[in-house]
Formats: sequence, structure tokens, C-alpha cells
Amino acid sequence: MRDFKNVKPLVKIPTGVEGLEHITMGGLTEGRTTLIVGSSGSGKSLLATEFLYRGIMNYDQPGVFVTFEERAQDIVRNVQNLGWDLNDLVQRKKLMFIDGSPEPEPQAEVGDYDLSGLLAQIEFAVKKVGAKLLVMDSIGSLFTQFSNVPLIRREIFRITEILKGLEVTAIMTAERLEEYGMISRHGIEEFVSDNVIILRNVLEEEKCRRTIQVLKMRGDTHYKGEFPFTISSTGISCMPLSAMELKQTSSTDRISFGNAKLDKMTCGGLFRDSVTLVSGPTGGGKTLMCTTFAGEACSHGEKVLMLAYEESGHQLLRNAQSWGLDFQKWQEDGLLKVVCLYPEAMGLEDHLLMIRREIEEFKPQRLVMDSVSAMERVSNIRNFREFVIGLTSYVKQEEICSLMTSTTPKLSGGDSITEAHISTITDAIILLRYVEINGLVRRGIAVIKMRGSQHDKQIREFMIDGEGLHILASFKNVHNIILGVPTGSGPSESEHLEDMFEK
Amino acid sequence: MKNILSLYVYGETANSMRAIHNLKKIAEELPKDQYDIKVVDVRKEPQLAVDDCIVAVPTLIKKLPLPIGKVIGDLSDTEKVIIGLDLKQELSNPEKENTMIGRVSK
Repeated sequence: MRDFKNVKPLVKIPTGVEGLEHITMGGLTEGRTTLIVGSSGSGKSLLATEFLYRGIMNYDQPGVFVTFEERAQDIVRNVQNLGWDLNDLVQRKKLMFIDGSPEPEPQAEVGDYDLSGLLAQIEFAVKKVGAKLLVMDSIGSLFTQFSNVPLIRREIFRITEILKGLEVTAIMTAERLEEYGMISRHGIEEFVSDNVIILRNVLEEEKCRRTIQVLKMRGDTHYKGEFPFTISSTGISCMPLSAMELKQTSSTDRISFGNAKLDKMTCGGLFRDSVTLVSGPTGGGKTLMCTTFAGEACSHGEKVLMLAYEESGHQLLRNAQSWGLDFQKWQEDGLLKVVCLYPEAMGLEDHLLMIRREIEEFKPQRLVMDSVSAMERVSNIRNFREFVIGLTSYVKQEEICSLMTSTTPKLSGGDSITEAHISTITDAIILLRYVEINGLVRRGIAVIKMRGSQHDKQIREFMIDGEGLHILASFKNVHNIILGVPTGSGPSESEHLEDMFEK
Repeated sequence: MKNILSLYVYGETANSMRAIHNLKKIAEELPKDQYDIKVVDVRKEPQLAVDDCIVAVPTLIKKLPLPIGKVIGDLSDTEKVIIGLDLKQELSNPEKENTMIGRVSK
């Protein structure tokens, strides 16, 4: 009689790879084999190596690395620049390599054979280091080393069964030819099929976009679909952007914008963990808003990270100087950090990762991004939205008061893609608009959204002079400023007279 | 210095037994005292499999004389083994070579 009493439920073990726990909802299933497939250069070997390295370093789970493609010393060398000292792990008997890479000497096949030699090595190595983890990279290479394909398929199946018996959590990698097509080249997924993860490397808008997808995870749940990931100096970082949850705590602390009138318009200043969007046409005063916002923080000893995508650092400093704010000094004091680069410099995932790294390192209280709409240029809308969600949820979680600017496509205002996609994510929106009255271009400012607080409903005039930003009274008898087509219903005589003289 | 032919097998499987049997036949053709035949059971001595990177079994390795030769399988085709290991000149009786090949190919 079959007895299933001792069948244990599946347990997931963490991998230590940034973001992978989130996508897989906890890691890989313990004691099972996961197949990682991807085209050439998609990051399979690195992911497998990182899985072993983190497993040993973070969770003290010894591992065995079986390589069929690269020589063991090449694998050690490849990750040295990431600061991963595999040799040290080998010396400490936490890691053992099994080198099954093809040899330069030709190898003749005469008669029947099987892969019991490999099995003997695996069993030996697993026992020797007490391995809990195992990597085989890459299975596909076995098919080029040996000509008997049906036998190799049978043997791979036998190996996975034996790995289960050894209670190791294993990763096998396999090649695939197309990004969207057959899962793996030799149909390995048909028999190594507990878990399958697909890595992709797609050229999009002339930028490489790497994604990771958990295709299946038997007996357990995971997030579905593709998630972007990037490879940086710390290894692989998966960015489960749309998998992020809206669970940030909220703060009731108010902080000043740097302008008393503006604080009044927002009925007491911005919330400490809020994200504010300033939208306006070019030359509309957005950068001044950023400078004011950053200057306020620095003058109170708070740290500010400024990300400038349209101006160089020197330009920013000079502009701030012209409004009497000494950014140079704050920069030297370590209160201000300005990062300037073109949006085109890298893909959005890399931008996001870089921003996160900067925040982790600099630990700012405020973040300024001028402008977020510049990022639209380097990506499609969906990725852009994911980027903004990823960024805003991260800064909220870190309680960083953030100001982002968005340039409207037309001088008269109107909607931009940025606004359409991120206005719902932001907590406060400030509109800057040109107002043309009697042949004069004047500037208008309005707070149109302020989550969790009352705000001024009036559209006020503002001026920029050598001291910065000045908010004046509200426009009277002018309609449709927000729509960008201000029409006057005729100013009253007294107002007209008033305008003729200096106040 | 003696030349060594190492045969790696796994336990007493059919492939292993056939390979040992076939290797003995080949050894008979080789000059005596110049070749040592070594049979390694990787099930009992897995460390040796790791050291010599043995993936498939049976595997026959000739380390000396150079070049290194490697043949996998049960060695059922003697001619192929001799070509694979580059042993032709080593045969004790070159004339007998033909007969041997003729015998195998029957």
C-alpha cells in the first residue's frame, strides 16, 4: 500500500538575488530543480552563479557548481570583478567545482556509454561539502559534447531524479534560440520541469531590455509575466515594478517648500513622504521650483539628491547662484548631491537602479528630478510608467519628499504623456502656465491636487526675479488658464489702472 | 617510463564489463611491459573521476605517449579505439593489425 503520510509540503528557500524573492514569492522550491532558459548573453550563467554565491554567503548553504561549457577557472575569473571570491569559498570547502567542460582533444565514441561518471562526481561532491545547492551550467552543452541525443535526455532526467534524492535545490541552465518561441533548444523543459524561469534580452528603442519571467513553479505560486532586471556591479537586480504593493505608511509631517506663499497654497506645506509633480511649459519656472525646494532643505541641514537630465551640474549651480542660493557650498558640505546625465545614457531599469543606489548611499531627505518627462524619450509608455511606479514607491518607502518636473509639449500647456501616466501616482500636482493678457505674458501657478490636505483653489500669478519666486494675487476675470487658452472677460477699469503702475 | 591506459567504469554494469573485456583484447596487441592497464571504478573512487573530469563512462584515457587520447563507450569497435587513441605505431605486430581490423569489421 502506498503511504503518503511522510510527504512533506513544499518549502521555498530564498536565493539572495535582489528582487527574485519577490517575483517567485519567496524563492525557489527546496529540493527541486529549476530550469533557467535564455538566449545567449541573457544572464543565465550569472544568475546561476549568483544563486550559489548568495546561498553560501547569506544563508550558509554549501554548493556544487557543475560546468559543461566554461572552464571552472573562467567562472571564478568572470565574477571576480563583482567582488565575489569563489576561490575563497572553494578553499573553505563551501563550494566545489565539477569541470565537465569540453576538452580540446578530440573524443571518440565507440559503443554504448552513459553519464554515470558525472553522477559519481555529483554524489561525491555533494557529500563532500554537504551541499544544499547545485548548479549545472549549461545542460545544452552536453548535447554538443555527446552525439547520442536520446541517451543524454534520458541521463539528464536520471540526474534530476538523483538530485531530488540528494535533497539539493538545483538550477540547470539551457540555451534557447529565440526570445519568444520554443522554451529551450533541446526540449529539456519536458523532463526537467518542476520550475522554469525564462530570461530575455530584447532590443527595444535601441536599448537592451532584460526581463525575467517565472514560467512555472509546480506546487506553488509566483508572479506572472515579465519583470525587468539589470546586471550591475552588484550582480543581478530584478525590479518587480508592477508587483510592488501599495503599502507605504503615510506621514503627517509637513515640510516647507521654501516659499511661504506656496506653503500657504498647500495649506501647510508638503507631506514628508509625498511625491509632487510640477508641470509646466519650457521656461515656465520649473527648475526654479526645484532649486527653491532643494535650497530650503539644504539651508536647514537636510540632504538633497538632485537628478538633472537636461542641464549640467555647472549650469544648475550657476542658476542657483543667480537666485542667491549657494549650491556650491552645500555640495562641498555634503548636503547636496547633483547627478547629471542624459536619459539616453542607459535604459530605464539601469536608471532606476542607479537612483536607488544613489539614495542608498547618500541617504537624502529630499529628491529632485528635473525632469521626469525627459525619460519618456528613451522608452515606450509602459516601461516609462513602470519606471515611475518603481521610483515613486521606492522614495515613499524611504520617506523621501520628492519633487519631479514635467515639461508640457506645448507652450500653452496641455497634457503630456508623463502627466497622463503619473498624475495618479503623485500626491500633489502644481501647474505652471503662461497667461497672456493684453499682449503681456504673465505666469500663473495653481495647486490642483494635494492628497490628504486642503489646498488653495485659486490660480495665482507668480513672478521670477533675482530673489527667486514670488507668488502674487489670483488672476481675476480670466478663464481657461489651465486649458492653455486664457480668455479675459475684460478687466475692470480699476484693475487695468492698477496694472499700469508699479506695486 | 611506462605508458598507462586508464579505463574508468561505473560498478559492474553491462557497459563496464564489456569495456573491460574489449580493453583486454586490445592490450594483447600492444607491446608487453610498455603499457600498464588500469581500471578505475568511479563508484568506489569518485575522487579520481573528479580529478580526471570523467563525465561519461566507460572512458578510456591514454595520457602517454602524447598526444593525449580519449575514447568513451564500451570499446566494441577495436579499430576505432586504436585510431582514437593514436596507437597504430604502438601495435606489437603491424602486420597483424590488418587481420585484427578485418576480424572486428566482420
